[in-house]
Amino acid sequence: MSSIFFATGKMYLGFIREFTSILALLYDTVAWIVVGPFRGKVASRQSIFQQMVFAGVQSVIIVAFISLFTGIVIAMQSAYQLKQLGAVVYVAPMVSISITRELGPVFTALVVAGRVGSAIAAELGTMKVSEQIEALETLAIDPVRFLVVPRFLGLLVMVPCLTLMANFMGIVGGLIVGVTTLDIGFHRYVLFSFDFLVWKDIWSGLVKSALFAIAIAMISCHVGLSTKGGAEGVGKSTTLSVVISFIMIIVLDCIMTGVFFFSQV
Amino acid sequence: MNKFDAEKDEVVIEVKDLVRKFGDRVVLNGINIKIRKGEIFVIMGGSGCGKSTLLRHIIGNLKPTSGQIFLMGKDIASAEEAALNEIRKKIGMSFQSSALFDSMTVGENVSLPLREHTKLNKNVIEIMVKMKLELVGLRGFEDLLPSEISGGMKKRVGLARAIAMDPQIVFYDEPTAGLDPIMSSVIDKLIVDLSNKLSMTSVVVTHDMKSVMAIADRIAMLYEGRVLEIGTPDEIKNSKNPLVKQFINGSFDGPISFFQEKEDYLDQLTG
Repeated sequence: MSSIFFATGKMYLGFIREFTSILALLYDTVAWIVVGPFRGKVASRQSIFQQMVFAGVQSVIIVAFISLFTGIVIAMQSAYQLKQLGAVVYVAPMVSISITRELGPVFTALVVAGRVGSAIAAELGTMKVSEQIEALETLAIDPVRFLVVPRFLGLLVMVPCLTLMANFMGIVGGLIVGVTTLDIGFHRYVLFSFDFLVWKDIWSGLVKSALFAIAIAMISCHVGLSTKGGAEGVGKSTTLSVVISFIMIIVLDCIMTGVFFFSQV
Repeated sequence: MNKFDAEKDEVVIEVKDLVRKFGDRVVLNGINIKIRKGEIFVIMGGSGCGKSTLLRHIIGNLKPTSGQIFLMGKDIASAEEAALNEIRKKIGMSFQSSALFDSMTVGENVSLPLREHTKLNKNVIEIMVKMKLELVGLRGFEDLLPSEISGGMKKRVGLARAIAMDPQIVFYDEPTAGLDPIMSSVIDKLIVDLSNKLSMTSVVVTHDMKSVMAIADRIAMLYEGRVLEIGTPDEIKNSKNPLVKQFINGSFDGPISFFQEKEDYLDQLTG
Protein backbone atom coordinates (compact mmCIF):
# COMPACT_ATOMS: atom_id res chain seq x y z
CA MET A 1 0.00 0.00 0.00
CA SER A 2 2.73 2.43 0.98
CA SER A 3 4.49 1.74 -2.31
CA ILE A 4 1.57 3.36 -4.13
CA PHE A 5 2.13 6.55 -2.13
CA PHE A 6 5.86 6.40 -2.80
CA ALA A 7 5.26 5.95 -6.51
CA THR A 8 2.77 8.82 -6.58
CA GLY A 9 5.13 11.05 -4.66
CA LYS A 10 8.00 10.20 -6.97
CA MET A 11 5.88 10.92 -10.01
CA TYR A 12 4.79 14.23 -8.53
CA LEU A 13 8.38 15.26 -7.76
CA GLY A 14 9.48 14.21 -11.25
CA PHE A 15 6.69 16.28 -12.75
CA ILE A 16 7.69 19.34 -10.69
CA ARG A 17 11.33 18.92 -11.70
CA GLU A 18 10.53 18.64 -15.43
CA PHE A 19 8.10 21.55 -15.24
CA THR A 20 10.64 23.85 -13.58
CA SER A 21 13.32 22.96 -16.10
CA ILE A 22 10.91 23.73 -18.95
CA LEU A 23 10.20 27.12 -17.35
CA ALA A 24 13.96 27.68 -16.98
CA LEU A 25 14.41 26.92 -20.67
CA LEU A 26 11.61 29.37 -21.51
CA TYR A 27 13.33 32.02 -19.39
CA ASP A 28 16.65 31.42 -21.19
CA THR A 29 15.00 31.55 -24.58
CA VAL A 30 13.14 34.79 -23.89
CA ALA A 31 16.29 36.28 -22.36
CA TRP A 32 18.23 35.54 -25.56
CA ILE A 33 15.47 37.07 -27.68
CA VAL A 34 15.21 40.22 -25.54
CA VAL A 35 18.84 40.76 -24.52
CA GLY A 36 20.60 39.05 -27.43
CA PRO A 37 20.23 41.83 -30.01
CA PHE A 38 21.90 44.35 -27.66
CA ARG A 39 24.92 42.08 -27.25
CA GLY A 40 25.16 41.53 -30.98
CA LYS A 41 24.25 37.88 -30.54
CA VAL A 42 21.09 36.98 -32.35
CA ALA A 43 19.89 33.75 -33.82
CA SER A 44 20.67 33.83 -37.52
CA ARG A 45 17.84 35.12 -39.69
CA GLN A 46 18.37 32.24 -42.06
CA SER A 47 17.70 29.58 -39.43
CA ILE A 48 14.61 31.41 -38.13
CA PHE A 49 13.34 31.58 -41.70
CA GLN A 50 14.06 27.87 -42.20
CA GLN A 51 12.10 27.00 -39.08
CA MET A 52 9.19 29.22 -40.14
CA VAL A 53 9.03 27.47 -43.48
CA PHE A 54 9.19 24.05 -41.85
CA ALA A 55 6.72 24.78 -39.05
CA GLY A 56 4.38 27.01 -41.01
CA VAL A 57 4.44 26.80 -44.76
CA GLN A 58 4.83 23.04 -44.88
CA SER A 59 1.93 22.56 -42.43
CA VAL A 60 -0.52 24.62 -44.52
CA ILE A 61 -2.03 21.79 -46.53
CA ILE A 62 -2.63 19.39 -43.67
CA VAL A 63 -4.04 22.11 -41.39
CA ALA A 64 -6.31 23.41 -44.18
CA PHE A 65 -7.54 19.90 -44.94
CA ILE A 66 -8.29 19.07 -41.31
CA SER A 67 -10.11 22.33 -40.55
CA LEU A 68 -12.17 22.19 -43.74
CA PHE A 69 -13.50 18.79 -42.72
CA THR A 70 -13.96 19.88 -39.11
CA GLY A 71 -16.17 22.72 -40.38
CA ILE A 72 -18.19 20.28 -42.48
CA VAL A 73 -18.67 17.90 -39.54
CA ILE A 74 -19.74 20.67 -37.15
CA ALA A 75 -22.22 21.98 -39.71
CA MET A 76 -23.74 18.55 -40.25
CA GLN A 77 -23.96 17.76 -36.55
CA SER A 78 -25.53 21.07 -35.58
CA ALA A 79 -27.92 21.02 -38.54
CA TYR A 80 -29.24 17.67 -37.32
CA GLN A 81 -30.10 19.23 -33.95
CA LEU A 82 -31.17 22.68 -35.11
CA LYS A 83 -33.56 21.30 -37.72
CA GLN A 84 -35.81 20.05 -34.91
CA LEU A 85 -36.12 23.64 -33.69
CA GLY A 86 -36.54 25.00 -37.20
CA ALA A 87 -33.43 27.11 -36.76
CA VAL A 88 -31.20 25.66 -39.44
CA VAL A 89 -29.82 29.08 -40.32
CA TYR A 90 -28.07 29.17 -36.94
CA VAL A 91 -25.71 26.52 -38.25
CA ALA A 92 -23.66 29.44 -39.59
CA PRO A 93 -22.82 31.14 -36.26
CA MET A 94 -22.56 27.74 -34.59
CA VAL A 95 -19.75 26.82 -36.96
CA SER A 96 -17.99 30.18 -37.02
CA ILE A 97 -17.97 30.59 -33.23
CA SER A 98 -16.94 27.04 -32.34
CA ILE A 99 -14.20 27.07 -34.97
CA THR A 100 -12.68 30.44 -34.05
CA ARG A 101 -12.89 29.93 -30.31
CA GLU A 102 -11.91 26.32 -29.93
CA LEU A 103 -11.47 23.96 -32.82
CA GLY A 104 -9.29 26.13 -35.04
CA PRO A 105 -6.63 26.86 -32.41
CA VAL A 106 -6.73 23.41 -30.78
CA PHE A 107 -6.66 21.28 -33.94
CA THR A 108 -3.94 23.44 -35.46
CA ALA A 109 -1.84 23.07 -32.32
CA LEU A 110 -2.38 19.31 -32.24
CA VAL A 111 -1.33 18.98 -35.87
CA VAL A 112 1.76 21.14 -35.30
CA ALA A 113 2.67 19.23 -32.12
CA GLY A 114 2.48 15.96 -34.04
CA ARG A 115 4.27 17.17 -37.13
CA VAL A 116 6.74 19.82 -35.94
CA GLY A 117 7.16 19.09 -32.22
CA SER A 118 8.07 15.47 -32.85
CA ALA A 119 10.55 16.50 -35.54
CA ILE A 120 12.19 19.01 -33.17
CA ALA A 121 12.48 16.42 -30.39
CA ALA A 122 13.93 13.84 -32.78
CA GLU A 123 16.42 16.27 -34.31
CA LEU A 124 17.66 17.74 -31.03
CA GLY A 125 17.66 14.27 -29.46
CA THR A 126 19.86 12.90 -32.22
CA MET A 127 22.17 15.89 -31.88
CA LYS A 128 22.37 15.24 -28.13
CA VAL A 129 23.24 11.54 -28.35
CA SER A 130 25.78 12.05 -31.16
CA GLU A 131 27.77 14.65 -29.16
CA GLN A 132 26.69 17.51 -31.47
CA ILE A 133 25.22 19.55 -28.60
CA GLU A 134 28.46 19.12 -26.67
CA ALA A 135 30.37 20.15 -29.79
CA LEU A 136 28.32 23.35 -29.95
CA GLU A 137 29.13 24.13 -26.33
CA THR A 138 32.82 23.49 -26.95
CA LEU A 139 32.69 25.92 -29.88
CA ALA A 140 31.33 28.48 -27.36
CA ILE A 141 27.96 28.51 -29.14
CA ASP A 142 24.99 28.46 -26.78
CA PRO A 143 22.62 25.65 -27.84
CA VAL A 144 19.62 27.64 -26.57
CA ARG A 145 20.44 30.61 -28.78
CA PHE A 146 21.53 28.52 -31.74
CA LEU A 147 18.87 25.80 -31.72
CA VAL A 148 15.98 26.67 -29.40
CA VAL A 149 15.45 30.35 -30.25
CA PRO A 150 14.86 29.84 -34.01
CA ARG A 151 12.44 26.97 -33.34
CA PHE A 152 10.62 28.98 -30.67
CA LEU A 153 10.24 32.03 -32.92
CA GLY A 154 9.27 29.94 -35.91
CA LEU A 155 6.44 28.30 -34.00
CA LEU A 156 5.37 31.46 -32.17
CA VAL A 157 4.89 33.32 -35.46
CA MET A 158 3.53 30.53 -37.58
CA VAL A 159 1.03 28.75 -35.29
CA PRO A 160 -1.25 31.82 -34.95
CA CYS A 161 -0.97 32.35 -38.73
CA LEU A 162 -1.96 28.74 -39.32
CA THR A 163 -4.81 29.19 -36.84
CA LEU A 164 -6.16 32.16 -38.81
CA MET A 165 -6.12 30.07 -41.93
CA ALA A 166 -7.74 27.15 -40.09
CA ASN A 167 -10.54 29.49 -38.94
CA PHE A 168 -11.14 30.55 -42.52
CA MET A 169 -11.10 27.00 -43.85
CA GLY A 170 -13.43 25.77 -41.10
CA ILE A 171 -15.98 28.47 -41.94
CA VAL A 172 -15.65 27.56 -45.61
CA GLY A 173 -16.39 23.94 -44.67
CA GLY A 174 -19.56 24.98 -42.88
CA LEU A 175 -20.47 27.19 -45.83
CA ILE A 176 -20.23 24.27 -48.23
CA VAL A 177 -22.71 22.25 -46.17
CA GLY A 178 -25.00 25.25 -45.59
CA VAL A 179 -25.19 26.30 -49.22
CA THR A 180 -25.30 22.87 -50.88
CA THR A 181 -27.56 20.83 -48.62
CA LEU A 182 -29.27 23.15 -46.13
CA ASP A 183 -30.42 25.73 -48.71
CA ILE A 184 -29.35 28.67 -46.58
CA GLY A 185 -27.92 30.63 -49.48
CA PHE A 186 -24.41 32.00 -49.80
CA HIS A 187 -25.17 35.60 -48.87
CA ARG A 188 -27.36 34.73 -45.90
CA TYR A 189 -24.87 32.17 -44.60
CA VAL A 190 -21.99 34.65 -44.64
CA LEU A 191 -24.14 37.35 -43.04
CA PHE A 192 -25.21 35.04 -40.22
CA SER A 193 -21.67 33.73 -39.73
CA PHE A 194 -20.24 37.14 -39.05
CA ASP A 195 -23.23 38.78 -37.38
CA PHE A 196 -22.79 36.67 -34.28
CA LEU A 197 -19.02 36.61 -34.36
CA VAL A 198 -17.30 39.17 -32.15
CA TRP A 199 -13.64 40.20 -32.17
CA LYS A 200 -13.09 38.46 -28.87
CA ASP A 201 -13.88 35.09 -30.45
CA ILE A 202 -11.01 35.56 -32.87
CA TRP A 203 -8.38 37.16 -30.67
CA SER A 204 -8.95 34.82 -27.74
CA GLY A 205 -8.38 31.94 -30.17
CA LEU A 206 -5.17 33.56 -31.42
CA VAL A 207 -3.88 34.18 -27.89
CA LYS A 208 -4.53 30.52 -27.14
CA SER A 209 -2.70 29.43 -30.27
CA ALA A 210 0.32 31.55 -29.34
CA LEU A 211 0.39 29.88 -25.91
CA PHE A 212 0.10 26.47 -27.54
CA ALA A 213 3.03 27.38 -29.79
CA ILE A 214 5.16 28.30 -26.77
CA ALA A 215 4.18 25.05 -25.04
CA ILE A 216 5.00 22.92 -28.10
CA ALA A 217 8.35 24.65 -28.68
CA MET A 218 9.48 24.45 -25.06
CA ILE A 219 8.31 20.88 -24.45
CA SER A 220 9.82 19.43 -27.60
CA CYS A 221 13.10 21.35 -27.22
CA HIS A 222 13.44 20.38 -23.56
CA VAL A 223 12.61 16.73 -24.21
CA GLY A 224 15.00 16.67 -27.18
CA LEU A 225 17.87 18.29 -25.30
CA SER A 226 17.52 15.93 -22.33
CA THR A 227 17.60 12.79 -24.48
CA LYS A 228 19.72 9.95 -23.17
CA GLY A 229 20.71 6.55 -24.47
CA GLY A 230 21.18 6.31 -28.21
CA ALA A 231 18.60 5.50 -30.85
CA GLU A 232 16.13 4.10 -28.33
CA GLY A 233 16.33 7.34 -26.34
CA VAL A 234 15.60 9.40 -29.45
CA GLY A 235 12.52 7.28 -30.13
CA LYS A 236 11.32 7.70 -26.56
CA SER A 237 11.89 11.46 -26.67
CA THR A 238 9.92 11.80 -29.89
CA THR A 239 6.93 9.97 -28.45
CA LEU A 240 7.20 11.77 -25.13
CA SER A 241 7.27 15.21 -26.73
CA VAL A 242 4.05 14.52 -28.64
CA VAL A 243 2.25 13.00 -25.65
CA ILE A 244 3.20 15.82 -23.27
CA SER A 245 2.45 18.49 -25.87
CA PHE A 246 -1.03 17.04 -26.47
CA ILE A 247 -1.78 16.95 -22.77
CA MET A 248 -0.46 20.48 -22.25
CA ILE A 249 -2.47 21.83 -25.19
CA ILE A 250 -5.71 20.46 -23.76
CA VAL A 251 -4.89 21.62 -20.22
CA LEU A 252 -3.92 25.10 -21.40
CA ASP A 253 -7.05 25.25 -23.52
CA CYS A 254 -9.15 24.45 -20.50
CA ILE A 255 -7.42 27.10 -18.39
CA MET A 256 -7.61 29.80 -21.06
CA THR A 257 -11.26 29.08 -21.83
CA GLY A 258 -11.92 29.50 -18.11
CA VAL A 259 -10.06 32.82 -18.10
CA PHE A 260 -11.63 34.22 -21.28
CA PHE A 261 -15.22 33.03 -21.09
CA PHE A 262 -16.12 31.26 -17.88
CA SER A 263 -14.86 33.92 -15.45
CA GLN A 264 -17.62 36.27 -16.62
CA VAL A 265 -20.47 33.81 -16.27
CA MET B 1 65.02 12.67 -23.08
CA ASN B 2 62.53 15.26 -22.06
CA LYS B 3 62.65 18.13 -24.51
CA PHE B 4 60.81 20.33 -22.06
CA ASP B 5 62.22 21.96 -19.02
CA ALA B 6 59.64 22.01 -16.27
CA GLU B 7 61.06 25.17 -14.75
CA LYS B 8 61.14 27.22 -17.92
CA ASP B 9 58.06 26.13 -19.83
CA GLU B 10 54.73 27.73 -19.31
CA VAL B 11 52.03 25.50 -17.84
CA VAL B 12 48.82 25.94 -19.87
CA ILE B 13 46.68 23.33 -18.16
CA GLU B 14 46.83 22.46 -14.52
CA VAL B 15 44.54 19.96 -12.83
CA LYS B 16 44.65 19.99 -9.03
CA ASP B 17 43.17 17.23 -6.85
CA LEU B 18 40.28 16.69 -9.23
CA VAL B 19 37.58 14.43 -7.80
CA ARG B 20 34.41 13.55 -9.62
CA LYS B 21 31.64 11.31 -8.36
CA PHE B 22 28.59 10.09 -10.26
CA GLY B 23 26.26 9.14 -7.44
CA ASP B 24 28.32 6.86 -5.18
CA ARG B 25 30.73 5.87 -7.93
CA VAL B 26 34.05 7.72 -7.82
CA VAL B 27 35.14 8.15 -11.45
CA LEU B 28 38.05 10.54 -10.92
CA ASN B 29 39.89 10.20 -7.65
CA GLY B 30 42.37 13.01 -7.05
CA ILE B 31 43.92 13.75 -10.44
CA ASN B 32 46.99 16.02 -10.60
CA ILE B 33 48.34 16.92 -14.03
CA LYS B 34 50.37 19.78 -15.47
CA ILE B 35 50.47 20.20 -19.23
CA ARG B 36 53.05 22.52 -20.75
CA LYS B 37 52.77 24.81 -23.72
CA GLY B 38 53.46 23.23 -27.10
CA GLU B 39 53.70 19.60 -26.03
CA ILE B 40 51.64 16.65 -27.14
CA PHE B 41 50.29 15.19 -23.94
CA VAL B 42 48.63 11.80 -24.13
CA ILE B 43 46.19 10.55 -21.52
CA MET B 44 45.89 6.79 -21.82
CA GLY B 45 44.18 4.02 -19.97
CA GLY B 46 41.70 1.22 -20.37
CA SER B 47 38.05 1.67 -21.19
CA GLY B 48 36.10 3.18 -18.32
CA CYS B 49 39.16 4.46 -16.44
CA GLY B 50 37.81 8.00 -16.61
CA LYS B 51 39.98 9.48 -19.34
CA SER B 52 37.12 10.89 -21.41
CA THR B 53 35.52 12.21 -18.22
CA LEU B 54 38.80 13.92 -17.35
CA LEU B 55 38.87 15.54 -20.79
CA ARG B 56 35.31 16.80 -20.40
CA HIS B 57 36.28 18.40 -17.10
CA ILE B 58 39.30 20.12 -18.64
CA ILE B 59 37.17 21.70 -21.40
CA GLY B 60 34.55 22.76 -18.85
CA ASN B 61 31.64 20.60 -20.06
CA LEU B 62 31.49 18.81 -16.70
CA LYS B 63 31.94 20.34 -13.27
CA PRO B 64 34.14 18.59 -10.70
CA THR B 65 32.85 17.40 -7.33
CA SER B 66 35.97 18.96 -5.83
CA GLY B 67 39.34 20.23 -7.00
CA GLN B 68 40.49 22.88 -9.44
CA ILE B 69 41.24 23.05 -13.14
CA PHE B 70 43.27 25.92 -14.57
CA LEU B 71 43.04 26.41 -18.31
CA MET B 72 45.43 29.11 -19.49
CA GLY B 73 45.55 30.48 -15.97
CA LYS B 74 41.78 30.66 -15.39
CA ASP B 75 39.97 28.40 -12.96
CA ILE B 76 37.28 26.95 -15.18
CA ALA B 77 35.69 24.78 -12.52
CA SER B 78 34.18 27.89 -10.96
CA ALA B 79 33.99 30.08 -14.07
CA GLU B 80 30.73 31.70 -15.20
CA GLU B 81 29.25 30.63 -18.52
CA ALA B 82 30.34 33.86 -20.26
CA ALA B 83 33.92 33.60 -19.00
CA LEU B 84 33.97 29.93 -19.90
CA ASN B 85 32.90 30.73 -23.46
CA GLU B 86 35.74 33.25 -23.81
CA ILE B 87 38.21 30.50 -22.89
CA ARG B 88 36.47 28.01 -25.16
CA LYS B 89 37.10 30.25 -28.16
CA LYS B 90 40.81 29.63 -27.61
CA ILE B 91 40.55 25.84 -27.54
CA GLY B 92 39.50 23.25 -30.09
CA MET B 93 38.04 19.81 -29.56
CA SER B 94 37.96 16.83 -31.88
CA PHE B 95 35.26 14.37 -30.81
CA GLN B 96 35.34 10.60 -30.83
CA SER B 97 32.24 10.46 -33.02
CA SER B 98 33.40 13.54 -35.00
CA ALA B 99 30.15 15.27 -33.89
CA LEU B 100 29.74 17.06 -37.19
CA PHE B 101 26.44 18.93 -37.56
CA ASP B 102 24.66 16.72 -40.02
CA SER B 103 22.32 19.37 -41.34
CA MET B 104 25.31 21.42 -42.53
CA THR B 105 27.81 20.79 -45.32
CA VAL B 106 31.49 20.15 -44.61
CA GLY B 107 32.29 23.78 -45.44
CA GLU B 108 29.53 25.12 -43.17
CA ASN B 109 30.70 22.89 -40.34
CA VAL B 110 34.23 24.28 -40.52
CA SER B 111 33.10 27.87 -40.98
CA LEU B 112 30.52 27.83 -38.15
CA PRO B 113 32.83 29.06 -35.35
CA LEU B 114 34.19 31.76 -37.68
CA ARG B 115 30.72 32.91 -38.65
CA GLU B 116 29.58 32.92 -35.02
CA HIS B 117 32.55 34.54 -33.32
CA THR B 118 34.16 36.83 -35.88
CA LYS B 119 32.93 39.66 -38.07
CA LEU B 120 35.03 38.49 -41.00
CA ASN B 121 33.87 38.99 -44.55
CA LYS B 122 32.20 36.02 -46.23
CA ASN B 123 34.99 35.73 -48.81
CA VAL B 124 37.67 35.76 -46.13
CA ILE B 125 35.88 32.99 -44.24
CA GLU B 126 35.61 30.97 -47.44
CA ILE B 127 39.36 31.24 -47.97
CA MET B 128 40.06 30.31 -44.35
CA VAL B 129 37.82 27.24 -44.63
CA LYS B 130 39.72 26.17 -47.75
CA MET B 131 43.02 26.59 -45.89
CA LYS B 132 41.86 24.53 -42.91
CA LEU B 133 40.53 21.78 -45.16
CA GLU B 134 43.82 21.85 -47.07
CA LEU B 135 45.66 21.25 -43.80
CA VAL B 136 43.68 18.06 -43.23
CA GLY B 137 43.87 17.08 -46.90
CA LEU B 138 40.22 17.59 -47.76
CA ARG B 139 40.16 20.68 -49.96
CA GLY B 140 37.36 20.45 -52.50
CA PHE B 141 34.95 18.58 -50.23
CA GLU B 142 33.24 21.77 -48.95
CA ASP B 143 29.84 21.07 -50.46
CA LEU B 144 29.38 17.48 -49.31
CA LEU B 145 27.21 16.56 -46.34
CA PRO B 146 28.70 14.58 -43.41
CA SER B 147 26.51 11.63 -44.40
CA GLU B 148 28.25 11.53 -47.78
CA ILE B 149 31.83 11.08 -46.54
CA SER B 150 33.69 8.24 -44.80
CA GLY B 151 34.46 7.92 -41.09
CA GLY B 152 38.11 8.89 -41.51
CA MET B 153 37.14 11.94 -43.54
CA LYS B 154 34.61 12.94 -40.87
CA LYS B 155 37.37 12.76 -38.23
CA ARG B 156 39.51 15.05 -40.35
CA VAL B 157 36.65 17.50 -40.94
CA GLY B 158 36.06 17.51 -37.17
CA LEU B 159 39.73 18.31 -36.78
CA ALA B 160 39.52 21.14 -39.33
CA ARG B 161 36.56 22.55 -37.38
CA ALA B 162 38.50 22.26 -34.12
CA ILE B 163 41.38 24.34 -35.52
CA ALA B 164 39.18 26.83 -37.41
CA MET B 165 39.66 29.54 -34.79
CA ASP B 166 43.44 28.91 -34.54
CA PRO B 167 43.19 27.64 -30.98
CA GLN B 168 46.09 27.51 -28.55
CA ILE B 169 45.12 24.08 -27.27
CA VAL B 170 43.50 21.24 -29.19
CA PHE B 171 41.88 18.27 -27.45
CA TYR B 172 41.45 14.96 -29.19
CA ASP B 173 39.06 12.32 -27.87
CA GLU B 174 40.08 8.92 -29.30
CA PRO B 175 41.26 10.37 -32.62
CA THR B 176 42.08 6.98 -34.15
CA ALA B 177 39.28 4.84 -32.72
CA GLY B 178 37.45 2.88 -35.38
CA LEU B 179 39.84 3.79 -38.19
CA ASP B 180 41.96 1.47 -40.33
CA PRO B 181 45.73 1.38 -39.62
CA ILE B 182 46.64 3.63 -42.54
CA MET B 183 44.04 6.24 -41.66
CA SER B 184 45.23 6.05 -38.03
CA SER B 185 48.76 6.88 -39.15
CA VAL B 186 47.43 9.74 -41.27
CA ILE B 187 45.62 11.19 -38.25
CA ASP B 188 48.69 10.68 -36.04
CA LYS B 189 50.87 12.52 -38.53
CA LEU B 190 48.27 15.27 -38.75
CA ILE B 191 48.30 15.77 -34.99
CA VAL B 192 52.10 16.02 -34.93
CA ASP B 193 52.14 18.32 -37.98
CA LEU B 194 49.50 20.67 -36.55
CA SER B 195 51.28 20.80 -33.27
CA ASN B 196 54.59 21.64 -34.97
CA LYS B 197 53.34 23.95 -37.74
CA LEU B 198 50.87 25.93 -35.67
CA SER B 199 52.72 25.41 -32.34
CA MET B 200 49.56 24.25 -30.61
CA THR B 201 49.39 22.35 -27.37
CA SER B 202 47.73 19.00 -27.96
CA VAL B 203 45.97 16.83 -25.41
CA VAL B 204 45.13 13.39 -26.76
CA VAL B 205 42.96 10.81 -25.05
CA THR B 206 43.45 7.34 -26.47
CA HIS B 207 44.11 3.68 -25.74
CA ASP B 208 45.76 3.03 -29.10
CA MET B 209 49.33 2.15 -28.00
CA LYS B 210 50.80 2.43 -31.48
CA SER B 211 49.68 6.01 -31.91
CA VAL B 212 50.59 6.88 -28.31
CA MET B 213 54.21 5.94 -28.88
CA ALA B 214 54.25 7.69 -32.28
CA ILE B 215 53.03 11.09 -31.19
CA ALA B 216 53.46 11.61 -27.45
CA ASP B 217 55.89 14.00 -25.82
CA ARG B 218 54.61 12.93 -22.43
CA ILE B 219 52.14 10.31 -21.31
CA ALA B 220 49.86 10.05 -18.31
CA MET B 221 48.59 6.58 -17.53
CA LEU B 222 45.17 6.54 -15.86
CA TYR B 223 43.81 3.61 -13.88
CA GLU B 224 40.60 3.54 -11.84
CA GLY B 225 40.37 7.30 -11.66
CA ARG B 226 43.99 7.85 -10.59
CA VAL B 227 47.14 8.86 -12.41
CA LEU B 228 49.50 5.87 -12.19
CA GLU B 229 52.46 7.42 -13.87
CA ILE B 230 53.48 10.43 -15.94
CA GLY B 231 56.53 10.39 -18.19
CA THR B 232 58.04 10.38 -21.65
CA PRO B 233 57.27 7.41 -23.94
CA ASP B 234 60.66 5.88 -23.02
CA GLU B 235 60.05 6.25 -19.31
CA ILE B 236 56.62 4.67 -19.66
CA LYS B 237 58.02 1.83 -21.78
CA ASN B 238 60.61 1.04 -19.13
CA SER B 239 58.19 1.45 -16.25
CA LYS B 240 58.52 -0.94 -13.33
CA ASN B 241 54.84 -0.61 -12.47
CA PRO B 242 53.16 -3.95 -13.31
CA LEU B 243 49.87 -2.21 -14.19
CA VAL B 244 51.58 0.03 -16.74
CA LYS B 245 53.59 -2.89 -18.11
CA GLN B 246 50.51 -4.98 -18.64
CA PHE B 247 48.69 -2.18 -20.41
CA ILE B 248 51.60 -1.44 -22.75
CA ASN B 249 52.10 -5.05 -23.70
CA GLY B 250 48.38 -5.64 -23.87
CA SER B 251 48.78 -8.93 -22.03
CA PHE B 252 45.93 -10.90 -20.58
CA ASP B 253 47.76 -11.89 -17.39
CA GLY B 254 48.55 -9.26 -14.82
CA PRO B 255 47.17 -7.17 -11.99
CA ILE B 256 44.47 -5.53 -14.18
CA SER B 257 41.71 -8.10 -14.09
CA PHE B 258 39.00 -8.48 -16.60
CA PHE B 259 37.02 -10.53 -14.10
CA GLN B 260 35.26 -9.44 -10.95
CA GLU B 261 36.44 -10.90 -7.65
CA LYS B 262 36.01 -14.67 -7.62
CA GLU B 263 34.17 -14.77 -4.30
CA ASP B 264 31.69 -12.16 -5.56
CA TYR B 265 31.08 -14.25 -8.62
CA LEU B 266 30.47 -17.39 -6.57
CA ASP B 267 28.13 -15.44 -4.31
CA GLN B 268 26.24 -14.09 -7.28
CA LEU B 269 25.87 -17.53 -8.83
CA THR B 270 24.71 -19.26 -5.68
CA GLY B 271 22.55 -16.33 -4.63
